[in-house]
Formats: sequence, C-alpha cells, structure tokens
Amino acid sequence: MRRAEIITAGVLALLSIYMMWKSTDLDVGYISGEGPGGGAWPFWLAAVMLVCTGVIAVNWARRTSPPSQSTEPLLDSYGIRMLVLVGGGITGFIALTHIISMYGAMFVFLIYYLRVMGQHTWRLTMAIATLTPAIFFYFFEALMRITLPKGMRFLDPIFNALSALIY
Amino acid sequence: MMEILGHLADGFLLSLQPLNLMLIIIGVTLGLFIGAMPGLGSVNGVAILLPITFLVPPASAIIFLAAIYYGAMYGGAISSITLGIPGASTAVATTFDGRPLAMKGRASLALVTAAIASFVGGTVSNVLFTAFAPPLATVALNFGPPEIFALMLLAFATFVGLGGDDIPKTIFSICFGLVLAAVGFDEISGEPRLVFFGISGFLHGINFLVLAIGVYGIGEMLWTLDSTRGKITSTAATFSVKGVVEDAKEGMRRGWKGTAIGSLLGFFVGILPAAGATPGSLMSYGVAKMVARKPQEFGQGHPSGVAAPEAANNSASTGAMLPMLTLGIPGSPTTAILLGGMVIWGLTPGPRLFTDQTEFVWGLIGSFYISNFFALLINLAFIPLFIWMLRMPFTILAPMIFVLSVVGGYAATQDMHDVWLMLFFGLGAFFLRKLDYPLAPAVLAIVLGPIAEPTLRQSLLLSSGDATIFITRPIAGPITIIAIILILLPVFQLIRKKMKGDKAPAEMS
Repeated sequence: MRRAEIITAGVLALLSIYMMWKSTDLDVGYISGEGPGGGAWPFWLAAVMLVCTGVIAVNWARRTSPPSQSTEPLLDSYGIRMLVLVGGGITGFIALTHIISMYGAMFVFLIYYLRVMGQHTWRLTMAIATLTPAIFFYFFEALMRITLPKGMRFLDPIFNALSALIY
Repeated sequence: MMEILGHLADGFLLSLQPLNLMLIIIGVTLGLFIGAMPGLGSVNGVAILLPITFLVPPASAIIFLAAIYYGAMYGGAISSITLGIPGASTAVATTFDGRPLAMKGRASLALVTAAIASFVGGTVSNVLFTAFAPPLATVALNFGPPEIFALMLLAFATFVGLGGDDIPKTIFSICFGLVLAAVGFDEISGEPRLVFFGISGFLHGINFLVLAIGVYGIGEMLWTLDSTRGKITSTAATFSVKGVVEDAKEGMRRGWKGTAIGSLLGFFVGILPAAGATPGSLMSYGVAKMVARKPQEFGQGHPSGVAAPEAANNSASTGAMLPMLTLGIPGSPTTAILLGGMVIWGLTPGPRLFTDQTEFVWGLIGSFYISNFFALLINLAFIPLFIWMLRMPFTILAPMIFVLSVVGGYAATQDMHDVWLMLFFGLGAFFLRKLDYPLAPAVLAIVLGPIAEPTLRQSLLLSSGDATIFITRPIAGPITIIAIILILLPVFQLIRKKMKGDKAPAEMS
C-alpha cells in the first residue's frame, strides 16, 4: 500500500500537469473587459491539485497517512482475481455492446456473472438473463422512447421486428 | 391571510376532483419509478409525458406533471439507498449515508427516514410557498452571481473543514471534480476546452452521472467485493410493520436536525434562479454535517445524512416552482419544461398569473399538498419491494447493479464514449478508495461546477477583477467569511494540536 500511495500521487501529479497544460489552450489570465480567460478556472484548479499531490507526497515521506504506514499490498491475489473477473466482465459487456447491442451484451454478461461467477442454476440464470433485457427493452424503447445501442447491422432485422411489436 | 386560506381551500377542492386525484396518483407512482431509475430524473418524466397532458384541461395537466416531479424527488432516494447508484443528481448526497445504512442492514431505516424527510420538506416548502410566494421571489432576485458563488464556496468548505478525511486528498478530489465539470466548451468564448487527447467525446462535456455511476455503481461495488473477500451473500435487510414504525421513530429522532435544515435551506436554494434541487440537497447535507455533534459519523450511515438531502430536494422542487410562477424564471430544468408547457396551454407565467388565473394557480398549489401526501403513502407502500430487492443474493444483485450502471451511464447522454469513461472512473475510484481518497467531494464538485464557474467569472467581471466583491457585499460577505473559516479550520486544529504536543513534553520535564 505504501508504494502504491506514492506511485498514485505521482500519476495524479502528472495528470494535474497535463490538465494545466491543456487549460492553456485558452487564456488563463485576466482579460480586461472580459473577465478571467476561458482556461483560468481549470488551470488554477489543476494547479491546486498539483500542490495537493505534493502535500500527499510529504505526508507519505513523514508516514502520517494510513496507506503510507501500511505494509499490506494494494491488491493481493484475491483482489487481482476479483478485478480481472469482475472488471474484465464489465469491460467485455461494454465492448460487446458495440457488436451485439446493449440488450445482447446484457444477456451474455448476466449469463457469465450468474452462472460462472455466482454458480446459480441454469434455470434461474436463463430466467434473469432473458427477462432483464426484455424489461429494459420495453421500458426504454416503448415507454421512455430512449434508444439503447443496437449493435452491428446484422441485428437490424431482429430489432425491426421487435420495434414493430411495441409500436 | 383569510383570503389565502380561502384560495387554498378552493385549490384543494380542485385537486381532489376525481380526474385530478387520479392524475396525482398515477403521476406520483410514475415519478417514483422514473426517479429510481439511474440516468433518468424528473426532467425526463416531465418532458416525455408533456404531450399526453394536451388531452386534459391545463389545470389537470400541470397537476399531473407536478405529481411526476414530486414522485421523482422521492424515487431518486430509492436507488441511492438500495443500489448505491444515485437515481438522479438530486439524490447524489443521499447515497453518502443511505448506502452505508443499507450495507449495515438498516435499509428500512434509510428508506423510511428518506420518505418522512421528503414529506416534511415538501410540506414546509408548501406552507412557505403558500404564505410568502411573491415577497420571496423578490428576495431571490437579490441573489446575484457573487452571492451564488459564495453559497457554492460554502458547500465546498463544509466538505474540507469538517471532513475528518485526509485534507489534501479532499481538496484534490474537489478540484478534480471541478476540472471535470469544465470539460467541453467554454460558455463565454464558445471555444472547445479540455478536450483530452483530442477525443471528440469530451466536446459535449462530462455529465455528472458518468462520474457518479462510475464511482458508486462500479468503483464502490468492486471495493465491496474486494473488502468482503466475496463473502457477502446478501445484505441483512429486514422488513416488518413494527420495524417500520420503530425506524420512523428513530429516523425522526436522529434525523430531525437534517430534516429541518434541508426543508428550509432546500426551499431557499430552490427559489434561486439557475440553482434548483441538486445544489440545495448537497448544501443541506454539508450544513447538516457542519452542525452535527459528531460530524465524523456522516458518511458512515447517519439518518441525518439521509434526511437533509431528501428534505432539501423535495423542498427545493416546490421552491423552484416559485420563480417560475411568479416571475416566469425557471429554477431548474424540469420547471423550464413546465414553463414551456404553460406557454403552450396559453398561460403566461409572471406576476399577473396569481390574479388572472387564480383557479389554475391555487389548484396547482393545492395539488402540491395532495401530491406530497400521496407520494409519502405510495413510497411507504413500496418499501417491502425495495427491501426484498436488497435481500437478493449478492451474486444476483451485483450483476444487476452493473447492468443498471451501464444502462444508466448510457441513458444520461446516449453516447458510448461516456459508458467507457464511466468504466474508467469506476476502476480509478476503486484504487483511489483503497488509498483513502474521499470521492464524494468530486461528485459534489462536478454537480456544482457548472454553477460555480460562471458565477465566479461574472462576479469578477462585475468588479473588474477585484476579488473583494465576495467580502464587501452584504449577503455574499458573511457567507464567504464562514466558508473561509471552515476551509482554514483544519489549519487551526493542526496548530492547536501542535501547541498541545509542544506543551505536553514541557510539562513532563
């Protein structure tokens, strides 16, 4: 945890510098008759962020913050496994949305999580994985008139048929 | 006064007519579920259902929309408490203490406290609205950019001064949220700003929900899975009628201060043009924490931390109607749509509305009271359903929360770029949470940033760059001074601690 604290402070300091640099695309000073330039607000906020990372580093060196005193790793083997399985699952869900639509990706993700991770029965898994996208489809497309991503063109006939059902 | 009571009685009679009463019940129920759905808020409900209202008389139409507005204010708390994902921006602050209460198996206490606080907030604001509508609208107009910026400063200061968390990390979190709020276009020059790595998705800015859902829906869930070692099966939420009565008593006893603060502050912030229920609820949370005997208990699951924002968002929703009806200035996006509806129905909002359209105005005010009452009843009636949701095995609840997060993240802006950004924020939040970075201030900042920056710039333009404008104005001055004291409070505490530390060895020798 101690090493992670200082590495994170370093990464956040770099992020702050990047934000300061991006802010300078617009004027960061006071323009007479116009007030502060468009970049002033984010520039000075990012500058405060940079100062804060400096103070965090000082606290780390003095071992005053709890993570700087900790000898535990940021992620143990369980944490890494959990992050890969769950974080990877959500990443896969979002990536699949571009291909098989948000409803299709939801179906696959629910099967993965409920069956593989949760060890639930196939009957329960399939019931939840099928009903959830169906309810979302009706709620968003028919009631709220909000269109969720429909994936690639090859799914058009399916969604056209479903749309004909609800409209 | 008797004249007002007479008008109010007429208003009650109008809103209790069978058609209007039915519309109130349907509106409140619809609003409750729309508000509970992450990514959707009262603004979506009102906008989508606006065309339906052309089928009924104008008074019934606005009563229906106001009922949706009310229901959504109650509904926002449901997903904040049960799932840890704010249903709407107005319920962001409810997550801070509502979710920890649910995780402790006290979801019923959080939900009942939220319902009662919402009812009290709504009732207090209705009384204030009825009695003082025209003079309050004039007071609100005295709040210019310096006063509103001072209020924003106070909201941030309450998080810094009383956080009890690591102060540099808290300040970092606030500034990070404010910078994220500045992404997109500079409102004054119209130039693109902070378009990171040239990715065009940043041009439309970063919606607060993208950060809020990332932090609470993904980051918090990953943290829960990691910290419990996956041993969590379900939260120990229970429900019984007796338990609800006990929770109601406890919620009132421990949450009365937050309810009182939220009801009054929420109403006043609600009537300020361009403010609305979201800043009202966040500020009320901050002030409730500031005046609490043990502020360190906030964020761990304190009923007052649920009561303050919930009372405030309901109170502010009525407050936001005030400038709309009396001056024709909407106080929130939802009231802007309502204003549009009124114009279409042939009504002209403004000072003359109260004299020219007496029946319409008082019918609406009467419906506020009735909607508020029905919203409480309907909300309480659904508590068993919400508790049942929480008792689902965690291996079912967790994927449902992730699905809701992804769908909610998309529904907010309808752009896949934001869904990826939400995942990035979620993973980042997981690591930062492990390293004790408080993330609630970042969410607070991204919500208040779009109000804070323009008011700061307008104020400095007014004063030709002289920052003393925030100190010298009669309303802004005291607010700014309190905010500065709060920001400096940790420094004073550090000096005091150091002096005590120096004194102790000297005494020992």
